[in-house]
Amino acid sequence: MSQGRARSAGPAAAGGGGDWEHFAHGADIGVRGRGQTVAQAFEQAAEALTAVVTDPSRVRPLVAVPIHCRAPDLELLLYEWLNNLVFHMATQHLLFSAFKVTIVDGELDAEARGEHVDVERHAPAVEVKGATLTELLVRQGPDGCWRAQCIVDV
Amino acid sequence: MRVPAVFYADEALLADMDDKVREQLCNVASLPGIVGAAYAMPDAHWGYGFPIGGVAAFDAEQGGVVSAGGVGFDISCGVRTLVSNLTRADIVAVQERLAHELSRAIPAGVGSTGRLRLSDHEMDAMLTGGARWAVARGYGSSEDLEHIEEGGCIAGADPAALSHRARERQREEMGTLGSGNHYLEVQWVAEVLDAAAAAAFGLRADAAVVSIHCGSRGLGHQVGTDYLRDMVVAAPSFGLRLPDRELACAPILSDLGQRYLGAMRAAMNCALANRQILTHLCREAFRSILPGFDGRLLYDVSHNICKEEWHAVDGRERRLHVHRKGATRAFGPDHAVVPASLRSHGQPVLIGGSMGTASYVLAGCTTGEALAWSSACHGAGRSMSRNQASRQWHGRQLVDDLAARGILIRSPSLRGVAEEAPGAYKSVERVVDVAERAGLARKVARLEPLVCVKG
Repeated sequence: MSQGRARSAGPAAAGGGGDWEHFAHGADIGVRGRGQTVAQAFEQAAEALTAVVTDPSRVRPLVAVPIHCRAPDLELLLYEWLNNLVFHMATQHLLFSAFKVTIVDGELDAEARGEHVDVERHAPAVEVKGATLTELLVRQGPDGCWRAQCIVDV
Repeated sequence: MRVPAVFYADEALLADMDDKVREQLCNVASLPGIVGAAYAMPDAHWGYGFPIGGVAAFDAEQGGVVSAGGVGFDISCGVRTLVSNLTRADIVAVQERLAHELSRAIPAGVGSTGRLRLSDHEMDAMLTGGARWAVARGYGSSEDLEHIEEGGCIAGADPAALSHRARERQREEMGTLGSGNHYLEVQWVAEVLDAAAAAAFGLRADAAVVSIHCGSRGLGHQVGTDYLRDMVVAAPSFGLRLPDRELACAPILSDLGQRYLGAMRAAMNCALANRQILTHLCREAFRSILPGFDGRLLYDVSHNICKEEWHAVDGRERRLHVHRKGATRAFGPDHAVVPASLRSHGQPVLIGGSMGTASYVLAGCTTGEALAWSSACHGAGRSMSRNQASRQWHGRQLVDDLAARGILIRSPSLRGVAEEAPGAYKSVERVVDVAERAGLARKVARLEPLVCVKG
């Protein structure tokens, strides 16, 4: 697979113990979050999801949405998490920029904070149809860092 | 592999194809109950489980499967083309005003909403009625229905198979275009390539036409999301060992397979209703500026679907579930399901270009039946990722450059425009040339854009 760091989080995000990046897919785009814990990697993947649509730094964390989901394994949990965000983005016209995730025994509880889409200010590039199972991976590297990624369909 | 994997491409297109396309097509060729071969169209590129530009048929009686990944998230995404009574010069005379009016009338882009809000009861009626429902509600005419695949209404839709979330996602999205590569484009017939077929299709040289490319919106996306997960989780219970989770599938005759088919058909009806509403909004916008405008529907055909069709296999007619993921049905002349007025020349096959480049109208060939279950390409296909494209081009510059060439782009998102730059796509000319040379479909007319409304 041809991968390349495209848009990605800056040093500040990396300094917080996590970071994210996009990676290439033929027609669409990959989102990848990294963190010291699975939960942190999920938070970063979520920020990468927002960055598919707009610059996350332009999104103010004004509205809080609680999210709960479960899945039989961590990879399907990432799929559920990102698709829950996609659902709230689509139905409430929201963009998210701040995430707090906890994962216990295959259950995810989170709060996503963001604001309603403002076309002028956010200049949204594209809507996300869904997070896919393609390149879906949640894995801990030899350095102990967790990686959570998949392709999103736009 | 249970059957061969067959590519329709020339050397250059093959060389351009990502290795993933080969891997994905081989995976498809390994699925249970597949019949004949797994086929890649000339515009094939790396997709989800199935390559985009992939065609595969399954026999339910032989343990065949239906795959949510093989249809994709944008269920029944497709193209419809309207042929007008106007010429290119008529459009050029009012081009700025028309572009403005269309961009105002057609909800497009992130966060846009339609004017329609459906009650649960109306939602059910839409999901079972498709474009017929839309026409009954005053969007277009019954003449339109004759020129839509399946007469505008897919049988076997099961609204009860949809999740609450799927319905919620559609609540405000009826009559919206979406974003990404979806568009409404005013075009003109720049070249007639098959005079007899073009005449039958009503495509006169210099005539203005309108093409609409979009799908089942949030409802279809959620059906894909829901059933991909359900099929992956259920795979072991069916004894399915998937080389790629995105190939998620279920036996056609299983309860899950049947529920997916019911939900997918409901999403197909949603797409047909959506394109019908957009057609109505488009006609209204045209008539507000050009009162004499008449936009007759040439055809509406989807390119992300699974359909039950009868095909000859080893001299025997068999009922197959044909997946076309980024591929267009292309029945040859005299096929019974093609509208009588078009039948003698084959089914119209509508090939979308990318913003600023040509689109094509093709016609199905008799030879296509044996080659790929009467299927052809669906568009140019991307050759570059979105990130690469947005690094290489600037939206404002692209809009200005295209305006200088007489093509007006109207989009709420300049980054979206950059990601959809014409240079990020393969040459549509090469793709349709190969489709014609292979015998999948033949060229009827080349269309060039004048106005493009994008999300």
